[in-house]
Amino acid sequence: MRALTWHGKHDVRVDTVDDPEILNPRDAIIKVTSTAICGSDLHLYDGYIPTMQAGDILGHEFMGEVVETGPRSTLKKGQRVVVPFTIACGACYHCGKHQYSACDNSNPADNQDIAQTLYGQPMSGLFGYSHMTGGYAGGQAEYVRVPFSDVGPIVIPDGIEDDKVLFLSDILPTGWQAAEFAQIEPGDTVAVWGCGPVGLFCVQSAFLMGAERVIAIDHFPRRLELAAKFGAETINFEESKTYEALMEMTGGIGPDACIDAVGLEAHGLFADNVWDQIKVSTFLGTDRAHSIRQAIIACRKGGRVSMPAVYGGFVDKFPLGAFMEKGLTLKTGQTHVQHYLPGLPNAIMEGKIDTTFLISHRMPLSEAPEGYKIFHDHQNDVTKVVLKPGLDRVSA
Amino acid sequence: MAELRDDAPISASKRSDKIGDARTNLPDAKGDNLIGRSVTINRQPSELFSYWRDFSRLATFMDNVERVDVLDGKTSHWVVKAPGGKTVEWDAVITEERPDELIAWASAEGADVPNSGRIEFRDAGERGTVVTATILYDPPAGLIGKVIAKMFQREPAIQARRDLRRFKQLMETGEIATSARTRKELEEETA
Repeated sequence: MRALTWHGKHDVRVDTVDDPEILNPRDAIIKVTSTAICGSDLHLYDGYIPTMQAGDILGHEFMGEVVETGPRSTLKKGQRVVVPFTIACGACYHCGKHQYSACDNSNPADNQDIAQTLYGQPMSGLFGYSHMTGGYAGGQAEYVRVPFSDVGPIVIPDGIEDDKVLFLSDILPTGWQAAEFAQIEPGDTVAVWGCGPVGLFCVQSAFLMGAERVIAIDHFPRRLELAAKFGAETINFEESKTYEALMEMTGGIGPDACIDAVGLEAHGLFADNVWDQIKVSTFLGTDRAHSIRQAIIACRKGGRVSMPAVYGGFVDKFPLGAFMEKGLTLKTGQTHVQHYLPGLPNAIMEGKIDTTFLISHRMPLSEAPEGYKIFHDHQNDVTKVVLKPGLDRVSA
Repeated sequence: MAELRDDAPISASKRSDKIGDARTNLPDAKGDNLIGRSVTINRQPSELFSYWRDFSRLATFMDNVERVDVLDGKTSHWVVKAPGGKTVEWDAVITEERPDELIAWASAEGADVPNSGRIEFRDAGERGTVVTATILYDPPAGLIGKVIAKMFQREPAIQARRDLRRFKQLMETGEIATSARTRKELEEETA
């Protein structure tokens, strides 16, 4: 089959590799019909995430048709499914508590050592996201082996187009969980750093959860415009000072809840960001963390900070004093995707959440390297790239 | 001097002389290197005990164990992978057994790797069962053997941790997780 493989920083290629096979009783094989490039794939593309190996197949947002099932899979051939990016066994203590991204069993035993050393305890397996999270081949391919297929995949009825439901695999539940973690109360003002796909879903979710105002922060005009379309007020941090703006816009109080949807590659010419950049490029640090620092400083006393943004390693100058003195609450984590199914599909069917607005580019899988390049270089215009392996089959 | 208050298990001790305490808790103790590992498994003690008690099944999740032959009710023969494509062998004799609670063993005379230990199954209520493995062993060819073993990823402490994780996966999910994509990859992984 053809698959998008990682070979190093800014080096991804479409290679021919062996087709996946059923290896365990609960496996299924999915023929991919749509697969998106995620903002967090750019962290891999830029070489920020450790434990990648040349030849790794990327992609953790995908859906497709079931073509093969193991004896204990509950799926049937021909069904259309969206596959959550977090792999979960459904049987361990954490899955029982719906903490699916903390699943004890989906990360293979040998790979767990890496995460245990770095983080204290190993996390669940993820598709296409380094060997620390399992080393599973991802969805930017013609076919994928899906373990524990009786727990994760959600069956999509015929007649609902891929583009409407594809984002159930990651970014929609991620934005929704982030808003839920912000514990929004009616009348709240919620500030969202970053108007990428997750940030934009945070905006929509925050309003659905009762926020009175949402303030969206970014520097890409097109992304701020999309946020405004969903009713958010905006701050362009290249035009205005974010902290001062937030304080004035909230009558000197600060936002009740702050959501960091930016993560370890924050943009912008801020003193701490420049310092982080120097440390990252000299291997003295790993993450650029401007947005989470600013969220903590801006948040009102006793407020809540939610962090869907991905961080991988260590940061310094974390404003621990402000965090403690103001009595803030911080909630974060990889998304427990399975917990939000089937609630979120229903919200899509009922038209409460719009997803298709995001997609700016649809390309065949063979053009995936170009997709990575434009998503990386032109973040204003390229809001989401969806790869369609079927387009290659049509033209072949 | 008064006894220092410290409830941490012996396996977490910074002091090497503590190993003596582990030996006194083991009937017929053999070996001077200690491994202690616990894992919590979301199953009843009786279910875990009865799977483990059939030693011939242990090779399913113990990657470095080639096979275990059950010789009689108390004795089994172990064939274990060693660095460089070799194997080491020994007979193990059960020294203590309490159904659904614990199995203790010690290697018989002439073992390639003298060892002893016990596996305990402790009821953990709604969380299932805490399974604790305590193993004493003498590495083959002393220190050099241990260094070589480490290089080949067959270092017993690492193996014990991984084996317990695989046992948990097998008991909780009915299978052992793998990120292999093809049968060929899977065979290379478990070789």
